[in-house]
Amino acid sequence: MQVLQRALQAVFNVLEGWLDRPFGPDWNPLYHLGALGFFYFWVVAVSGIYIYIFFDTGISEAYDSVEYMTHDQWYLAGVMRSLHRYASDGMVAMMMLHMVREFSLDRHRGSRWFTWFTGVPILWLVVICGITGYWLVWDTLAQYIAIATTEWLDWLPIFGESVARNFLAADLLDDRFFSLMVFLHIAVPLILLLVLWIHLQRVTKPEVFPARGLALGSFAMLLGLSLFWPALSQGPADLSQVPAVVGLDWFYLIAYPVVEIWGAGPAWALTFGGSLLIAMLPWLPPLRRRSVAQVDLANCNGCTRCQEDCPFAAITMTPRSDGRPFEREAVVDPELCTGCGICAGACPTSTPFRRASALVPGIDLADRPLKDLRQQIQEATAGLTGDRKVLVLGCEHGIGTGQMAIDGVAQVPLPCIGALPPSFIDYVLSRDLADGVFLAGCKGGECYSRFGLRWTAQRLAGERDPHLRARVPRERIGQLEPGARSKAKMTAAVSAFQAGLPQRSGEIEHPRIRQEETV
Amino acid sequence: MIRVFRYTGQALVYVLFAAFLGYFSSAPSYTHFPPDQALIKLSLAHGAKREGGCRRFTQAELQKMAPNMRRPMDCPRQRLPVVVELIIDGETRYSASVPPTGLSGDGRSRIYQRFSVRPGKHAIVARLRDSDRSEGFDYEKTAEIELTARQSLAIDFRQEMGGFLFRW
Repeated sequence: MQVLQRALQAVFNVLEGWLDRPFGPDWNPLYHLGALGFFYFWVVAVSGIYIYIFFDTGISEAYDSVEYMTHDQWYLAGVMRSLHRYASDGMVAMMMLHMVREFSLDRHRGSRWFTWFTGVPILWLVVICGITGYWLVWDTLAQYIAIATTEWLDWLPIFGESVARNFLAADLLDDRFFSLMVFLHIAVPLILLLVLWIHLQRVTKPEVFPARGLALGSFAMLLGLSLFWPALSQGPADLSQVPAVVGLDWFYLIAYPVVEIWGAGPAWALTFGGSLLIAMLPWLPPLRRRSVAQVDLANCNGCTRCQEDCPFAAITMTPRSDGRPFEREAVVDPELCTGCGICAGACPTSTPFRRASALVPGIDLADRPLKDLRQQIQEATAGLTGDRKVLVLGCEHGIGTGQMAIDGVAQVPLPCIGALPPSFIDYVLSRDLADGVFLAGCKGGECYSRFGLRWTAQRLAGERDPHLRARVPRERIGQLEPGARSKAKMTAAVSAFQAGLPQRSGEIEHPRIRQEETV
Repeated sequence: MIRVFRYTGQALVYVLFAAFLGYFSSAPSYTHFPPDQALIKLSLAHGAKREGGCRRFTQAELQKMAPNMRRPMDCPRQRLPVVVELIIDGETRYSASVPPTGLSGDGRSRIYQRFSVRPGKHAIVARLRDSDRSEGFDYEKTAEIELTARQSLAIDFRQEMGGFLFRW
């Protein structure tokens, strides 16, 4: 499984690198696949509502009404029809890419299983939406889909009568069948919306709308495509003729040739088996449980910063249980916690400067506590020599901090860059442990734990608690460029940062704090 | 200048993606049936007669039943299989004894078969047996039908309409 993930990761790495150049990380479509999927869904919904106004349910009326939209009112209803078609296809493309990319980045296991698992019914529902939609047009493609689908369904022992018999001849087909299809084509997307909502229940602040520039670009693309290459019907359905050659929508209908070639039974086995396999991927193999966050009530004042910053809705605030004079306390749900440590980075008590008490913040990772991080920093920087000593603090899901053979550079890994309390940067620089601190988050500007990069940038800019103190010289803090995605680039970036560090001549340029031994 | 390059690059990506969407939304076309052939579909759902006749329960049997379950006649639910034959131009293309559906075997027998034939005139004979007779058929229809390429002939069976129906 890891081999497959690495191979896919390598492919995405290249594609992301290409798209980073024109789009940048904020607009790179590959970093916003889920949000783009939602965006296409809304385009489909709005265009669908419009074309429904003109759609007639009936054996001949259905085709005629779609033709009216396509040709007589091409400038609006026709464009809407094309937007409906292409946005639906775009949604499938985004959905599949989103799924494969999350798998490649191993973001589907452990506590994240729920989001992955609830994505599987979304695949089914989207495909059902597409099939029922194509059916409604009642052209030769719809005829093929109707017959092929019902023949496929008839293989399952769930229908008392053969459904395919409804399409044996024109006089056997009833207008009510189209009413059923319209009902399905409206009901299934509503169910899809509900499942999408469930899909996002274990992520906080889900990105359901892409950045404005990306949304505008995507919509302009759809509109241009609709005008330049309008969606057309494939001739009226005629049950006395076999639609031998059809123009398939391969985004939705790729299963049909499989049914024809393999037969209905094996095709069902592949469909159900494939869905089951995808659904089970989080446990193939299961993720070795990472350390989860723990609350230390003696140090928690219920400030809610950890809850606000947690990307996975693992922290809730409940009424105080220990009698201390605070309203609330943080409670971690270990089932939802991914052990990213972002909560520890958000806790205002996570300061390495403590001298009167041990470094025990209000919330911390059980087996990777911040006191160990401080220890690691002290040990890593102890052997540094030269006048441009650099400490690299890097996310272990990123390019990796290990084995950068640069003189005067020490490296310490973090579970996430967001797990670093800003006071640790202050600590390193004010204690002369290093002359510069270089932060290396996930490659490509997209955080494995969703918010680590964003929260860190905001904390350093003083826009989010806990702030990096104003006294910390910003020129001594380096950060990995979002576009960097190889160890060579990271090495070059760290070397350049080191070379550009201003020399400390005698007195350091910021107020020193007392150098008491930390506990 | 950098901005111009960025927007040009974005436009290029969007054009490529649009071409991808536009093309695969209806192409390449798929041939699922030979365009130079005609199609004959044999499809029916018909319940054959019950396996045995009804008989009157004896007094002793009735006494054994719960009072609310007592009924005078015992009629078996199980249906006979439906035997169907389709002969095209003298060649038997389908011959089967199709059991009834349902857990108790009391549902209708279902057949749905497709046969591709060359275009032209065809002598078609459809036969069906739904009784306990050992030989011969209860229903038979013969027709000579001319089919063009891609034309579809549906052979249906409706007992209430007299037996086989040829629709094309």
